[in-house]
Amino acid sequence: MEKNLKGRLIFSGTAAGKVLKSELPLGLFGHLDPKTGMYREAGHPLDGKCVKGRVLVFPRAKGSTVGSYILYALRKSGKAPVAMLLSECDTIVAVGAIISSIPTVDSMDITALQDGAMVRIKGEEVILGSR
Amino acid sequence: MKRSSKAGAGAAKAMEILAALSRIHGAPDMVKIGSVQVSGVSYNNIGEHGLAFLEEWASMGSKAVVPATMNPGGADRRIWKSLGFPPAFVRKQERVIKALEGLGIKPTLTCTPYHVGVTPQYGEHVAWAESSAVCFANSVLGARTNREGGPSAIAAALTGLTPRHTLHTDEGRLPTRIIEVKCPVPTAADAGALGYLIGRLVASDKGGGIPFITGTQPPTGPERLTWLKALGAGMAASGSVGLYHLEGVTPEAVAHRAKLVTAAKQKSVIKSLAASRKALDCGKGDLDVVAVGCPHASFEDLTRILKLLNGRKIKVPFWIFLAEQVRKQAEATGVAKALEQCGAALVADTCIVVAPLKELGIHTLATDSAKAAFYLPSHHGASVYFGSLEENVEAALRGSWKKI
Repeated sequence: MEKNLKGRLIFSGTAAGKVLKSELPLGLFGHLDPKTGMYREAGHPLDGKCVKGRVLVFPRAKGSTVGSYILYALRKSGKAPVAMLLSECDTIVAVGAIISSIPTVDSMDITALQDGAMVRIKGEEVILGSR
Repeated sequence: MKRSSKAGAGAAKAMEILAALSRIHGAPDMVKIGSVQVSGVSYNNIGEHGLAFLEEWASMGSKAVVPATMNPGGADRRIWKSLGFPPAFVRKQERVIKALEGLGIKPTLTCTPYHVGVTPQYGEHVAWAESSAVCFANSVLGARTNREGGPSAIAAALTGLTPRHTLHTDEGRLPTRIIEVKCPVPTAADAGALGYLIGRLVASDKGGGIPFITGTQPPTGPERLTWLKALGAGMAASGSVGLYHLEGVTPEAVAHRAKLVTAAKQKSVIKSLAASRKALDCGKGDLDVVAVGCPHASFEDLTRILKLLNGRKIKVPFWIFLAEQVRKQAEATGVAKALEQCGAALVADTCIVVAPLKELGIHTLATDSAKAAFYLPSHHGASVYFGSLEENVEAALRGSWKKI
């Protein structure tokens, strides 16, 4: 069964993949390794997980303004997520999404998105349960 | 032919960024801007990825369509060798500057564009990024800018536009809180300490807070601007304040006093700066360097330091950070030579906050800047003594910090 969610468009595109979800804010700079795509933060739900090819779902970002460049570096190393879905997108993530061409939607109700679920993103539309 | 299509690509990327930021902030349209100041220049801050991004954007061929200047980078371009900056770092820094120049941004390398001829008019819309410069432009000059980031400022430079929201609107400039100051604030360092305290007090107010400050005045004469500059730099660092109103002093506070006072819904009273000074002054051990000029020193600041030194020789390195253009002015007037004869160094194009301190072997320092004292322990793991310019000059002459 398919279910559609709608959010606010930050960077438009189409993508499909498996959700990698964090209930906690993500720190881009200093935690997300642009060479490996690995997230490292002791005690964080994403500690030791790789964002490559995943639909990254998180409430919001935290930390340094240099974070935009980390998303750019992930794109260059081929380790970027295929899309980002957030509750609240700030300037850092928005700029990062645009300069790295990562489809991104915010103002999302992320409670409907389970870790590991397959989703498809088409512009501001997020389609759940699709293959 | 190929070049023009490429040029379009850079500006198109810029428009995409501005359109997304408009959506996020609910801006109804864009405003035309008079100037841009770009941050994220020091290689120490942006690193390899930031450099790669800037080089790619520059390769698209688009250029700034309004006057645009650069924040300080990580090294003095002229005397880096004698100051001990590592050559590999300087080479990376030069690549950052070259990429930004490729985008049509002038290598002023200063946080004080208003000391090098970029002084927006009252009410003029601009897109500035460095936090103390933003606070100065909005508060002291009455110009209008949000707190931009590096890429959003570049996007503004390439298009001459910025989204109309927050500090670009009348409503977005109303104060959130009255701050009544009930203690003396004689020096610029004290103003910085006051700013540091205010930044924290308003931090949880709407939009990061806009204070309407009463009960204090800057000194008259050349110290006035230095005091106002330090006040804004302090609150922009400890909080995220982009605008302050100072009763009877800042232009909007003078023009619209009644309207602003009524808008502020909360009030705080500051009775003493002792706690603030104590929080900023946590130095331990021997001094590696005394660093003043954060934000960058004006020409008037230099003459004041010269007077305080009074021909005496300093015992630890005494670095005065400033814009290259102000250094040239000091050289042309003999002020630079007189300062150098006392042992002081005029350091341009960089500052104590964005230079690679560890690589320079700087662990313990003294400063008169609340902003520097706030950032250095967390960003560089440095140990910092904080006091007035007079106390800093005394420390440089003595070779050690004297707790009072």
